[in-house]
Amino acid sequence: MSINLAAQVNSIMAALILLTSFGLLVQRRMYGLLHLFAWQGLFLSISTAIVGYVSGSHHLYISSILTLALKVILIPYILHFLMKQLHIHKEVEQLVNVPTIMLIGIALVIFSYYLTAPIRELSTLVTRSTLAVALATVMLGLLMMITRRHAVTQIIGFLALENGLFFAATSATYGMPLVVELGVALDILIAAFIFGIFFFQIRTTFDSLDVEQMTKLKEED
Amino acid sequence: MTLLILLSVSFISAVVLAFVGDRKFAPEINILGSAATFAAGVGLAIEVYMHGPMVAGNKFFFVDAFNVYLAVLTSFVSMTTAVFSRRYMRWEREHGRVGHWGMRFYHAMFQLFIFAMLLALLTNNVGVLWIAMELATLSTVLLVSLYRTPTAIEAAWKYFILCGVGIALALFGTVLLYFAAEKVLGEGGEALLWTNLSQVSDKLEPTVLSLAFVFLMVGYGTKVGLAPLHNWLPDAHSEGPTPISAVLSGLLLNIALYALVRCKVLVDGATGTHQAGYIMMGFGLLSILVAAFSLLRQKDIKRMFAYSSIEHMGIATFAFGLGGQIATFGALLHMLVHSLTKSSIFFTAGHASQMHRTQEMDKIKGLLKGNPLVGWGLMFGVMAIVGMPPFGVFVSEFLILTATMKDAPLLTPLLLIGIGVAFAALFRRVQPMVAGLIPANQHPLKAAHIPVILHLVLVLIIGLYMPDFLSQWFHTAVELLK
Repeated sequence: MSINLAAQVNSIMAALILLTSFGLLVQRRMYGLLHLFAWQGLFLSISTAIVGYVSGSHHLYISSILTLALKVILIPYILHFLMKQLHIHKEVEQLVNVPTIMLIGIALVIFSYYLTAPIRELSTLVTRSTLAVALATVMLGLLMMITRRHAVTQIIGFLALENGLFFAATSATYGMPLVVELGVALDILIAAFIFGIFFFQIRTTFDSLDVEQMTKLKEED
Repeated sequence: MTLLILLSVSFISAVVLAFVGDRKFAPEINILGSAATFAAGVGLAIEVYMHGPMVAGNKFFFVDAFNVYLAVLTSFVSMTTAVFSRRYMRWEREHGRVGHWGMRFYHAMFQLFIFAMLLALLTNNVGVLWIAMELATLSTVLLVSLYRTPTAIEAAWKYFILCGVGIALALFGTVLLYFAAEKVLGEGGEALLWTNLSQVSDKLEPTVLSLAFVFLMVGYGTKVGLAPLHNWLPDAHSEGPTPISAVLSGLLLNIALYALVRCKVLVDGATGTHQAGYIMMGFGLLSILVAAFSLLRQKDIKRMFAYSSIEHMGIATFAFGLGGQIATFGALLHMLVHSLTKSSIFFTAGHASQMHRTQEMDKIKGLLKGNPLVGWGLMFGVMAIVGMPPFGVFVSEFLILTATMKDAPLLTPLLLIGIGVAFAALFRRVQPMVAGLIPANQHPLKAAHIPVILHLVLVLIIGLYMPDFLSQWFHTAVELLK
């Protein structure tokens, strides 16, 4: 595979990651969200492997496998298990103002391109154009966490945001040093267990996973 | 070697305590572990004091005047908090607020939290610093929800989500930092080492670093509890167990500020301007004012002191942003005295709410008569934190104010208003709590005396006479941060 072709494939992966981000933003069904998230992880993993091949930085293969194991298999499995246990896998979340959310999302993508413009000029890597997509994925994850009310959806938004960070690391610098990538993966794994415990705590205390009910703590006037 | 002991003791204690669980001697093991950590911390400090800064473990760790004093402070406060939590948590256990698993979890996570903070302080790798900060968040999230009340779970969820997102943005900032560093230092782990970065900071690309600083500021700033990113802080401090409030407020905020200041030094070196400083001054000043005016409206005792922490972190951030010898010295001192004072206040506030079975300040009365130590401890603690002489906070705030008058005279009134309003708000609330007769809802309690007295005496000593080694440390640290 020539470098040019690899860069093309990588761009396609970037496009697919962005597409899944938008999909996550407006998907109402819990299972649909889970599948989209797993797909995003898969695209990320493929993209990381391609960048590893292009750049010859072999530690990226490890990080690609790590992404595959964590984001495509383990965490979706944990989420699937939790959804079954909590009987929410068929739940459909109410979404308001889908067109507005989409428009804000598009604006965020444009903003990301604008923000990363100076970096793209400085960079000589073949992956530099995907940095904007990475930042957009981060921002779309944030937007998802803001607009959704379901605890599980917020967590998926958070994990999508982390995907964006991993993607940023590979496209800006051919990946962070291995010790950092491993540490970050460990943190995500711990976080996965913690939100699992959380779902049960929220469920037993509030009878549902709608975080809208958590409004007791605020300043009284 | 001392460094390795320092880090491993808390980690081993965490594992041991996870197995010991709810046995009778678990609190003693907790104290023992923290005391050993403190001893190692002091040993490390002496080593650095004698031989100067050092790099260890294949350049993985790095100790200089700035982080060693924070490491000693962290291990000291965690030791006294462990002493305090022995009586405090026993009471909570006897009154059914925590169960068997809760206690096991509490002790193990307490030690893991200390480990994470020490790792964040001592690591040389900016990436590992991020990982340790995240670990510190994760280890305390479930401690905040330990009581399983609806409000505790809400607070913990907020803490998890807000700090998770915040710190994710800091990771993006770290990626950008690595991007700039890689161009100068080459690929691989070496490019994220602070000792390397600080040497070449003037060669780093300024545009990238100023963009990175925005992300780092928002990310670590969320953890420092700077307004407008502070929403998680009052909730997490008021709903969690008091020992956790004490270490969150006294230690974790300091560590996050430490991370931010380390990054600022690099950005300053690269841009050659004062831009990062201005951003920090803005966030700091806003935090002081927002917190001061929020203080006036508080009804919950721990929540009120949480806002006071936001105010004081704002002061320290502002002073670091201002820069210059006096302000930086003041900020370093402020981190130290705030940490000591605020944790002692949380100790007494925790006991006060146990005595009255509530955290509502309107129902807390007659502390001086009911339990003189808790009453006087709270009284003196508040006098210290609002900046009354002769306590240490007065000295640090005085230094910071002097520097502000010199370098940014127009901001002095704002700073004074913030400190003044906070003074009035805290004092107005504390008087009725300590004075008066013993109310019907007050119950006697065996309080933990030593930690409170120890902290306040130290703050008093620092206020009256600063030991030579301390001022020498601070001067070295000031030079490092220039």
